[in-house]
Amino acid sequence: MTGETVEELEIQLLLDALYRQYHYDFRHYARASIKRRLLQAQRHFGLDSISALQSAVLHDETMLPNLLNYLTVQVSEMFRDPSYYKSLREKVVPHLHTYPSLKVWVAGCSHGEELYSLAILFREEGLLDKTIFYATDINPAALKAAQAGIYPLDRIRQFTENHRLSGGHSSLSDYYSADYGRAVFDKSLRARTVFSDHSLVTDAAFAEMHLISCRNVLIYFDKELQERVIGLFAESLARRGFLGIGSKESLRFSSHADRFTEHAREDRIYRRKGR
Amino acid sequence: MTCELVAIGASAGGVQALSHVLPMLAADYPRAIAIVVHVPPRRKNALVKLFSEKCRMRVKEAEDKEPLRPGTIYFAPPDYHLLVETDHTLALSTEEPVNHSRPAIDVLFETAADAFGPDVTGVIMTGANHDGASGLQAIAGRGGTALIQDPATAEMAAMPEAAAQACEGAQILTLDEIAAYLADMVEP
Repeated sequence: MTGETVEELEIQLLLDALYRQYHYDFRHYARASIKRRLLQAQRHFGLDSISALQSAVLHDETMLPNLLNYLTVQVSEMFRDPSYYKSLREKVVPHLHTYPSLKVWVAGCSHGEELYSLAILFREEGLLDKTIFYATDINPAALKAAQAGIYPLDRIRQFTENHRLSGGHSSLSDYYSADYGRAVFDKSLRARTVFSDHSLVTDAAFAEMHLISCRNVLIYFDKELQERVIGLFAESLARRGFLGIGSKESLRFSSHADRFTEHAREDRIYRRKGR
Repeated sequence: MTCELVAIGASAGGVQALSHVLPMLAADYPRAIAIVVHVPPRRKNALVKLFSEKCRMRVKEAEDKEPLRPGTIYFAPPDYHLLVETDHTLALSTEEPVNHSRPAIDVLFETAADAFGPDVTGVIMTGANHDGASGLQAIAGRGGTALIQDPATAEMAAMPEAAAQACEGAQILTLDEIAAYLADMVEP
């Protein structure tokens, strides 16, 4: 292994500064990816070094939202990995029908693609009216975008294809209206959604969930932080509640693994043990 | 202390090029090999199965947080970037495509250069775009070894040509020479 470079030291100092000044804690994010994104931000702001970026954001709070947009990954699509949603329909929904009311947490909701996918699926399956969704993220700009539910029309073809492959039994076009190159999703989909600023790094459990969907978030965390977050999910789930994670994520190596059973192995859907 | 790393990037024509090189390496090859091949995002990863049958080294899809082991070939999964961390584990990410690609060769090579410094060999093979050029430059810049498939012998010359232009110190080799170079590196 090569020793710590000046750049790595600068990154550590910037992350410490962000935490101490603004309480945004990226210190346990997977470092290679964070470094790429900080260098992108440095270039964007036309600065010579990560230290200069640190100085700039400490002295000018208005830079913070923009920097957060670099530090939080916001690329997703509706019904990404259609088989995950198909598995939810076939293997989770029948259990959800047995509850009088449901709480679902979309943790790290970013611009809302996963939230709207679930809301549409819940409507198709006749669950939406008895469900409260909690959509949380640390980035206020992303939460605002999720709340708006507006996506460029050129992404809709992909979303539609994914939705079809997920076993959708309605047409995606039933849920949005096209408007000047944008797809504006029906606000009734989010009528029972609570949008909230919540950090998986520093905040606690806040409700007892029947389903937590948190896809491609854990891969951005180091092992220590993954442990915390998986523990937080275990705390936040009702007994026999479900947890869905990304197709390249796993609970396998977690110390919390024995609190879950594998419910749909290929699609990374787990179930909290009933004790 | 883990093993050294060979990072390979290939695009159009890459499967054939890799089929020429990877089976030449011994089962106990003392390095880890991480590979990005540009593949359509929604396809199952056929590369692992294909090369498991052809190679003596162990072949698998790269997993997030997995430590790099010698004698093992790791393929980036479709629709994820593959990165190397400084503790010599692998990482996956769904960040935006780079050079219109996810996985992108530049992302693997740049993070491998950071993590391995002089202990990484980067190889650019056939392809119809310019992904990997700046990554190969990063590897050479940190004292690593840069190899490029001779564009004249590549099914698609654009990618090796772009790499050769960006990375002047790179060695331009045929596939046979690349295989021999990688295999010979292990001799005392």
